[in-house]
Amino acid sequence: MRHWAALLRPGDWLVLAGGAALVGFTLPLLWQGGFAERAIIRQNGQIFAETDLLTHREFQVPGPLGITLVAVEPGRARVVADPGPRQYCVRQGWLARPGEIAICAPNRVSVQIAGRTKAYDSLSY
Amino acid sequence: MTASVTELTVTAEDRRVAWLATAAVALSLVDAAIPSPLPGVKPGLANIVTLVVLVRYGWATAVWVSGLRVLAGSLLLGYFLAPGFFLSLTGTALSLATLGLARHLPSRWFGPVSLSILAAFAHIGGQLLLARLWLIPHNGVFMLTPVFATAALVFGTINGLIAAKLLADTPAAKPAQ
Repeated sequence: MRHWAALLRPGDWLVLAGGAALVGFTLPLLWQGGFAERAIIRQNGQIFAETDLLTHREFQVPGPLGITLVAVEPGRARVVADPGPRQYCVRQGWLARPGEIAICAPNRVSVQIAGRTKAYDSLSY
Repeated sequence: MTASVTELTVTAEDRRVAWLATAAVALSLVDAAIPSPLPGVKPGLANIVTLVVLVRYGWATAVWVSGLRVLAGSLLLGYFLAPGFFLSLTGTALSLATLGLARHLPSRWFGPVSLSILAAFAHIGGQLLLARLWLIPHNGVFMLTPVFATAALVFGTINGLIAAKLLADTPAAKPAQ
């Protein structure tokens, strides 16, 4: 049985290094946007409520299927209950970082965390 | 009115594509059975077949095998024409385009591992772009880039190594033209 490293040609190492560099380059994206400061709740694309993440609050957001329940706590927010069939947004749990978003598509409700600064207005590749 | 008879002649190339696509579909099913921490992060084992086909039989055959794999795989797993299907299609199309270019790299220096890694990055690139443009029109999608990029690098390398091993272990039968 041949050794695995023997299967790599010189250029392969180069591509591997390039790939690793690319991964390293994208890592800061995980920390972009600073700290979570506000929660933006949207209904059908329109802003339903915008709140700071300082106190305990609850929002009842009406949608085509019923009421989506959103809870806000110091530093985090989440969808508590949603009438949608698959419950993806509920199962996403707490959102605590800027840019994180839970979308209850069937009920057209989304909860998004925003920080003080937006790192980018847009990204294009 | 007489029934018209359409005769399809099946060439050896057709049979080969069918067999290879079958292998790729089987690996797609294995892929789908592996639990994943994040939708979209999966080993992409079927790409091993694509790589072997690309090296052995050329790009056109690889396109056929990949295309059939995406189609049949989505039908079997029940996501045909669902968002996942278009993500899969975009990723595959972009990685095939990349492979089309990358296969012209000097093979003395760049082996299947290079092809695999490049294709993997093209794959996630295409998927992220489609997700951003169509499914989740929000730049938050790109926050997952490091996760996907890491997965592409790791699985791209592993798949490339497996493809290289398969190519090294099986003698190249002269492809029937």
